[in-house]
Amino acid sequence: MFDLDPSVIVRAMPALWNGLKFTLLLTLVAMSVGIVAGTFLALMRLSHNRVLRGFALGYVTVMRSIPLVLVIFWFYFLMPLLLQMAFGTERPVQIGPVVTAFVTFCMFEAAYYSEIIRGGIQSITGGQRQAAAALGLRPAQSMIYVILPQALRRMTPLLLTQTIILFQDTSLVYVLSIADFTGAASKFAQRDGRLVELYLFVALVYLVICYLLSSLTKRLKRNVGRTA
Amino acid sequence: MIQMKNLSKWYGNFQVLKNCTTELSRGEVMVVCGPSGSGKSTLIKCVNGLEPVQEGEIFIENQPVTGKGVDLPKLRARVGMVFQHFELFPHLSIIDNLNLAQIKVLGRDRDTATKKGMALLERVGLKSHAHKYPIQLSGGQQQRVAIARALAMDPIAMLFDEPTSALDPEMVHEVLDVMGELATDGMTMICVTHEMGFASKVADRIVFMDGGEIIEDVKSEEFFGAPRSDRARSFLSKILQH
Amino acid sequence: MDYNWNWSVFWDFAPGETSSYLHWLVTGTSWTLATTLVAFILALLIGGLVGTLRTSTLRPLVWLCNLYTEVFRNIPLLVQMFICFFVVPELLPVSMGDYLKQDLPYPSFFSAVVALTLFTSAKLSELFKAGIESVAGGQRGAALALGLRPTQMYLQVLLPQAIRVVFPPLTSEALNTLKNSSVALTIGLMELTAQARNVSEYSFNTFEAFTAATVIYVVISLLVTFVMGHIERSLAIRGATR
Repeated sequence: MFDLDPSVIVRAMPALWNGLKFTLLLTLVAMSVGIVAGTFLALMRLSHNRVLRGFALGYVTVMRSIPLVLVIFWFYFLMPLLLQMAFGTERPVQIGPVVTAFVTFCMFEAAYYSEIIRGGIQSITGGQRQAAAALGLRPAQSMIYVILPQALRRMTPLLLTQTIILFQDTSLVYVLSIADFTGAASKFAQRDGRLVELYLFVALVYLVICYLLSSLTKRLKRNVGRTA
Repeated sequence: MIQMKNLSKWYGNFQVLKNCTTELSRGEVMVVCGPSGSGKSTLIKCVNGLEPVQEGEIFIENQPVTGKGVDLPKLRARVGMVFQHFELFPHLSIIDNLNLAQIKVLGRDRDTATKKGMALLERVGLKSHAHKYPIQLSGGQQQRVAIARALAMDPIAMLFDEPTSALDPEMVHEVLDVMGELATDGMTMICVTHEMGFASKVADRIVFMDGGEIIEDVKSEEFFGAPRSDRARSFLSKILQH
Repeated sequence: MDYNWNWSVFWDFAPGETSSYLHWLVTGTSWTLATTLVAFILALLIGGLVGTLRTSTLRPLVWLCNLYTEVFRNIPLLVQMFICFFVVPELLPVSMGDYLKQDLPYPSFFSAVVALTLFTSAKLSELFKAGIESVAGGQRGAALALGLRPTQMYLQVLLPQAIRVVFPPLTSEALNTLKNSSVALTIGLMELTAQARNVSEYSFNTFEAFTAATVIYVVISLLVTFVMGHIERSLAIRGATR
């Protein structure tokens, strides 16, 4: 039953390390772009302009109702066709799995981050808005210098929690056959026939990283609670 | 200098201000008092347009506050306001709280703004706290900073909305002292407050409100000496029992 | 552009197949719903129990339940599915392993449900723990002071109140479970997303296929939200102000 060969992990290490680097890169990029885009989406949701509000509401609702895998497929299969339409080329424009992965994750996470940020903005009391307005700050200035800084600080634990979920979700680039951490292990495992050792190792690494990140988040939550 | 004419305001079906008319000259100190729910906080928030009115007009130095096309931010930069819950910006240091509007609204450079800010902090007795954060200050200290923040804009008038109601009793006088000094220096002020001791010493005019209406609008000595209405009389007797 | 728009494609049959594309999607939807429902209900029971036990005073029990929670919520769902499907049969005694690999009907469904249940139950245990802790406080002390035994305290006092707190995030997790069921396509479960991809590959009507899947997911999401909202309202305790 236990015919394990841990040496396969050592042999796979270069591939696994490259995969982990991809996973971390995708997570960081999707987090950064997602938070920035999410902030804009949140502001659109809260704006007085009906068109902006409607667009943001529609975008966020749809993105949050469908599985990430489906979003990935939408992009992967349809972007080439849409670009062909847009640029009038002869054949569908080939995008490639890596670009698809980055674009998809950024757009997907933006919807989730935007809900968190919107909650944060709305939690800043009217008193702060009035104080900013009473000083003569225009609405945009109030938002940039008073409301958003507070909202983002307050929402940091939730933003971090979403990032941990994002980190786990990056494993789904498997459906595009990309060699992220999980994908690299899978490719190596199938080649060498040693699924057990590699998948258990992958699970362990994710477990350690996510556990450390969520402990960090819990500590941050306690500190934010103290100074808020 | 500040005129309010026939102000009426509704929240849905509830009329919160009923045909309020009053006027304030330069350098005068007006105290607005009355029982809870009388509309006094709402009235003062209409002066700088934080609350809209459905009927009536407001003028500050003959510039309209009500009506279409008014540049409210520009107007608010000229009138300072101090809130019941201080509303300092928690993510900025004290000196940055004072600098923000000076830099972004008045266009002053950072050095000029900081110099002004430090001078004002000195005036309210909090210069050594310039680089702390609001959370590190007591309520009374925060409110004095809030006053300094409003003064940094060189306002032509100051509005106080129950500035001491959220303070522990022992900190009330430090804030009232600062307000008293401001009055002595000739600032035009409207204060909504329950502190009738302060009112009797500092105010030039008393406006008594009840149920959204201005019941009495008289000189301070007249109000405390012999209030004309029954409602004002009963209000005073309840307050002055303390 | 030469994309063939064909919204009636769903009634077509794939070359050489005996069922329509619509039938494929219906089958996929059935697998999605089956996986989601079974996994969520099991996860609710397990997660509710584990989460509740984590608030108990028995240290070893709390430690064990914490371990369960941390293991199953920190490993990505995809990896858990791979382990259930590929690894567990290898680690079990040969006879059991062979059964899982050869004789078990619907092995993909089985692994998908097990993995999704474990993953979701860990998330729900966090939810329940937080919910109970938010109402515990004085209620726990009051219940014990009245002489209630721990089990009675949980069932009669804490859990009924915790259920109300827990419902909104519970609805979120139900929707997450629905979306997570799609991950099972990597271990061969022909659920909705997999079928949509199939339809697009055979018919080349990619847009129509994925639109159909999107609409179906949105409709199911709305139904889930509606049903959960209904249950939440019927559980609401009248007069509770917390």
